[in-house]
Amino acid sequence: MNMPFYVAPEQMMKDRADYARKGIARGRALVAVQYLDGILLVAENTSNTLRKISEIYDRIAFAGVGKYNEFDQLRRFGVRNADVKGYAYSRDDVEARGLANDYAQILGQTFTHELKPLEVEILVAEVGVTQADDQLFHILYDGTLVDERGTSVLGGDADAIAGRLTSTWSAGDELQTALSKAVAALAGPERTLSADDLEVAVLSRSNGRRCFQRLEDAMVASIVGGTNVPPKSAQGQ
Amino acid sequence: MKVPLFTSGDDPGSDFSALLRRVGLDPFQAPSGPAANLAPHATTVLAVRFADGVVMAGDRRATMGNRISNREMEKVVPADRHSGVAISGTAGVAMDMIKLFQLQLEHYEKLDGRPISLEGKANQLSQMVRANLGAAMQGLVVVPIFAGYDPLRGTGRLWDFDITGGRYEEREFVATGSGGGPASTVLKVGYRPGLASAEAVELACRALWEAAEVDSATGGPDALRGIYPVVATITADGWLRISDDVLATVFAAIADGQRARGSTS
Repeated sequence: MNMPFYVAPEQMMKDRADYARKGIARGRALVAVQYLDGILLVAENTSNTLRKISEIYDRIAFAGVGKYNEFDQLRRFGVRNADVKGYAYSRDDVEARGLANDYAQILGQTFTHELKPLEVEILVAEVGVTQADDQLFHILYDGTLVDERGTSVLGGDADAIAGRLTSTWSAGDELQTALSKAVAALAGPERTLSADDLEVAVLSRSNGRRCFQRLEDAMVASIVGGTNVPPKSAQGQ
Repeated sequence: MKVPLFTSGDDPGSDFSALLRRVGLDPFQAPSGPAANLAPHATTVLAVRFADGVVMAGDRRATMGNRISNREMEKVVPADRHSGVAISGTAGVAMDMIKLFQLQLEHYEKLDGRPISLEGKANQLSQMVRANLGAAMQGLVVVPIFAGYDPLRGTGRLWDFDITGGRYEEREFVATGSGGGPASTVLKVGYRPGLASAEAVELACRALWEAAEVDSATGGPDALRGIYPVVATITADGWLRISDDVLATVFAAIADGQRARGSTS
């Protein structure tokens, strides 16, 4: 009869965390910053169809890095949860905090009970009526939930990007300034990123009921510098 | 009410109604006995095609039997940026259907990353009317009009429905509800292809005026309280509600015409 090998719980958790971290570090990074009129989300993403940033509800956006199929499943869960809650109660009752908690539960549960942890890091952002009410919830692969202020960085090389970003970021920046600072932080000193390498969206207080809006490549190119290919047509909504 | 994390085999996709059924919030449940005249009814709504898109209009009165139960109901609402829906029939059921329809369009757009085509939206509404057939047979009838701007074809399009969910695309105009008959006649007489926006708005107002003249369940413009019908245009630029000031001028001109004729009928 075969005896199962004993593995210390500490070792098991460490192995899982290492596995998830490796998966996430392979992907490209994403940053979110507060700016004067709302929250700006910028991801390094060469695909024009497989999105890392999306709309969840009127004032809430979702961003994910890591394995696409895993964070997209979480995104769909978020949209469904928010829409059902808004239908059963009121649109005012849908808020980021509850959703972030649900995500933390799912990720935590998967991390401890499933064979493989989810190789994702996600962000739930909610734009408030004033800047002081803006919220950024950063959720890690093991369900750790962090309430961040000002800036948030997800994905590979996050520490270096966060270092560059916090040294330049200011809450009073206009959209253009905030975007160039975010892109500079993502690129680092050795690289430059053009509009084609980026996926950019905002949650803007002045956008009416649905605050979420994607910025078109042409608009991004006019701020972060030229692009070699002609601007793509209007995207999303 | 708890939304689970669906596995790929039993995922309800982009269908919001299916999702609601899965979490136990079925929106279409038929009552167990006749229910007509127990709930407020909404009346005349119409849509007219013009050069750049469509005009939708509806009066503001809701009735319960002989009683006026509401003077400022909005029966014409935007479904999304490029389409609108107007309802006649049982107000409560209709309002919930509109809410569900608006949510369905937004839900699909968020999950799939792009909006449903205009034809697809009409089809979705048709399925909702069909799902309400049980309640309709008990007297809780809802008959909507759906209209919008089709960006693929660069033109305005409009549809009317029957209680079984039958969906009929009309080329020029449509009017429904208890004052739909007189309104249709006015539209038929006044319609010509390629109307300008202001002309189409005027025609829609005139149709509502005449409907209110002969149908007690349709409300006319209420200058005393400053309540005017909902009139909106939908073009490539999206939904635009015509302001009450503009409508006040249009209806004043119609009233002046009536006075000048000295007609007593």
